[in-house]
Amino acid sequence: MVRYLDQDGELLDDQPMSDELALEGYRVMLRGRRFDERCVSLQRQGRMVTLAPGIGQEAATVGAAMALDPKTDWFVPQYRELAGQLWHGYPLRLAFLWHVGHPIAFQVPDDLKMLPFQAAIAGQLPQAVGLAWGLRLKHDPGVVLAVFGDGGTSQGDFHEALNLAGVMKAPVMFLCQNNGWAISTTVEHQTASASLAQKALAYGFPGVQCDGNDLFAVYATVRDAVARARAGEGPTLIEAMTYRLGLHTTADDPTRYEPREMHEMWVDRDPLRRMQIHLVSRGVVDRSGLERIEDEVKEELRVAWDEAQKEPAPDPAYYFGRAYASTSQRLGSQLSRFERKGLG
Amino acid sequence: MAELTIVEAINTALAIEMERDERVLVFGEDVGVTGGVFRATDGLFQRYGDARVIDTPLAEGVIAGAAIGLAIAGWVPVAEIQFLGFAHNGFNQVVDQLARARYRSAGRFSAQVTIRAPYGGGVRAPELHSDAFEAHFTHAPGLKVVAPATPADAKGLLLSSIRDPDPVMFLEPLRGYRQVKGEVPDGDYPVELGSARVAREGTDVTVIAWSAAVQVAQQAAEDAQAQGISVEVIDLRTLVPLDVAAIAASVTKTGRAVVVQEAPLTSGFAGEVVATIQEEAFFSLQAPIRRVAAPDVPYPVQMLEEHYVPNAERVLEAIIATTRD
Ligand SMILES: Cc1ncc(C[n+]2csc(CCOP(=O)(O)OP(=O)(O)O)c2C)c(N)n1
Repeated sequence: MVRYLDQDGELLDDQPMSDELALEGYRVMLRGRRFDERCVSLQRQGRMVTLAPGIGQEAATVGAAMALDPKTDWFVPQYRELAGQLWHGYPLRLAFLWHVGHPIAFQVPDDLKMLPFQAAIAGQLPQAVGLAWGLRLKHDPGVVLAVFGDGGTSQGDFHEALNLAGVMKAPVMFLCQNNGWAISTTVEHQTASASLAQKALAYGFPGVQCDGNDLFAVYATVRDAVARARAGEGPTLIEAMTYRLGLHTTADDPTRYEPREMHEMWVDRDPLRRMQIHLVSRGVVDRSGLERIEDEVKEELRVAWDEAQKEPAPDPAYYFGRAYASTSQRLGSQLSRFERKGLG
Repeated sequence: MAELTIVEAINTALAIEMERDERVLVFGEDVGVTGGVFRATDGLFQRYGDARVIDTPLAEGVIAGAAIGLAIAGWVPVAEIQFLGFAHNGFNQVVDQLARARYRSAGRFSAQVTIRAPYGGGVRAPELHSDAFEAHFTHAPGLKVVAPATPADAKGLLLSSIRDPDPVMFLEPLRGYRQVKGEVPDGDYPVELGSARVAREGTDVTVIAWSAAVQVAQQAAEDAQAQGISVEVIDLRTLVPLDVAAIAASVTKTGRAVVVQEAPLTSGFAGEVVATIQEEAFFSLQAPIRRVAAPDVPYPVQMLEEHYVPNAERVLEAIIATTRD
């Protein structure tokens, strides 16, 4: 298993990125963490819809995103990788709007190479393969990062996607965030395989396990996979070993199934804490510097939430124009009836 | 009699049937230790153990497909699909395989399988968790499709579905899970499949609905009463097989009909009901039959859903319009 930083923030190898980038990565991880905490609390106040926080998984998603070039490369999400999406350029304001159920959160900005959030587990994976294959076909330098959870590896879509990716040598990195759980189902109930990474072997390309709570390990593993993909050598499956420190969603109660000791063991492996210790011990930042970053992130979140709240409510007819390129006569008459009467 | 919510009534039916018939297996995503994401299977794992209550891998295709094989092996599978929208991941196994198990073996094999799934909108759930996809399954000969609206029917129809020799898609009203409470007879209480229920008697207009839309229809009927229109509400309870006689009898009496569905208009099950009325009660009709449905676009994200799901106001409007035609 690839690892650079041990549980106590001790560096085991040469740091695979500059100190400046490491600090920037930490900042985005923190932004993801504080965003999720804020949203869970807003959800509890009834101001947000059911949401799935990525608490504890920030190193896995930010590390992977840092290995991409946002100018050429695509990010294909499931729903628990917002921190990585923020690194890739998804705006915080839209992230807030996602959790209030505003449709424009799904309308990824034009200049961003990213697909919308995906509710169907593993449904994004065949699409990611098609996207990667299509880029290669037109000699586009871009590669595709597709993210999903351990539960996703049980879906037919996962197996069909990996199989085709292998056959087409598609430039795609499959990032499986193995966070131990699919709602209440453990990985042991999900598969009898010794690892998820080894599933790649059956499809004819490498599968690599890395410490998903170690920003450097995820970054270096995905960076190598990106190099393979760009060189035309095809896909890689990366299993990032991490843990869901929060809830499956705000509708979930993990105390019904999660062993307390297991949770506590992973609290000690918190990716944020690990980075803090490392950055301070290396002298990249001191304690007051960390506090300043906290304050800055807090302020960014405040500003973005303010902006999000100023977003006008969507026009009730929003969807009529968005199911087809042009509105048929029948749909048009449904729309005009709707506009006359207002109600659904 | 006990006052239960729909999800409690379902839990009760599952427990009764697991106790009565040792061949019954309950499986699906998160149905075991945690008792289902809506607690429909709460307590079953603890009572019947991990050989009969099984947390499966996250794969709807193999949940439905394995159910066919388990049935052939002599078990009585009751599988849960966490949300009906995800049954599509197992569409081949449900519609092309499960529905045809008897037919394609020329009667040699059958599949006494029940697939339970919550469905329908109005609870601010994410994409694909709210769409009313019943018509995707009513168009699959070999499959029965049941869609109760009340706790008593949820219990009674689930008992009958599990015992039915043919496969049943048992669609549970997500919005009513905890919201709808009602008296439920104790003990073994099967309700026959294929029989509709008169939810409210009336003489001027028949409103036909199923699942969560029944509550909407009843509210509209109440509002119509205040305007002097007497509305009969028919709760179909079972979509396949359809209780043609009950529909014909009511419309023959009232001469007017409104059919309510939560799904988008085009190719929805309401169209089937309208065509049936036209065939069975044409000469009693005093006005065109009206449909109340969602527009022909997919279910929207949360902020827009109240504009999408047909509500009592729209049903009332259709009721009034049909009396003026
Ligand atoms: C095809 C499909 N089936 C079922 C669900 C319901 N569901 C939502 S999340 C989830 C568990 C997902 O687990 P995993 O893939 O490990 O990702 P995680 O939530 O842990 O990030 C399930 C079963 C779904 N969204 N899509």
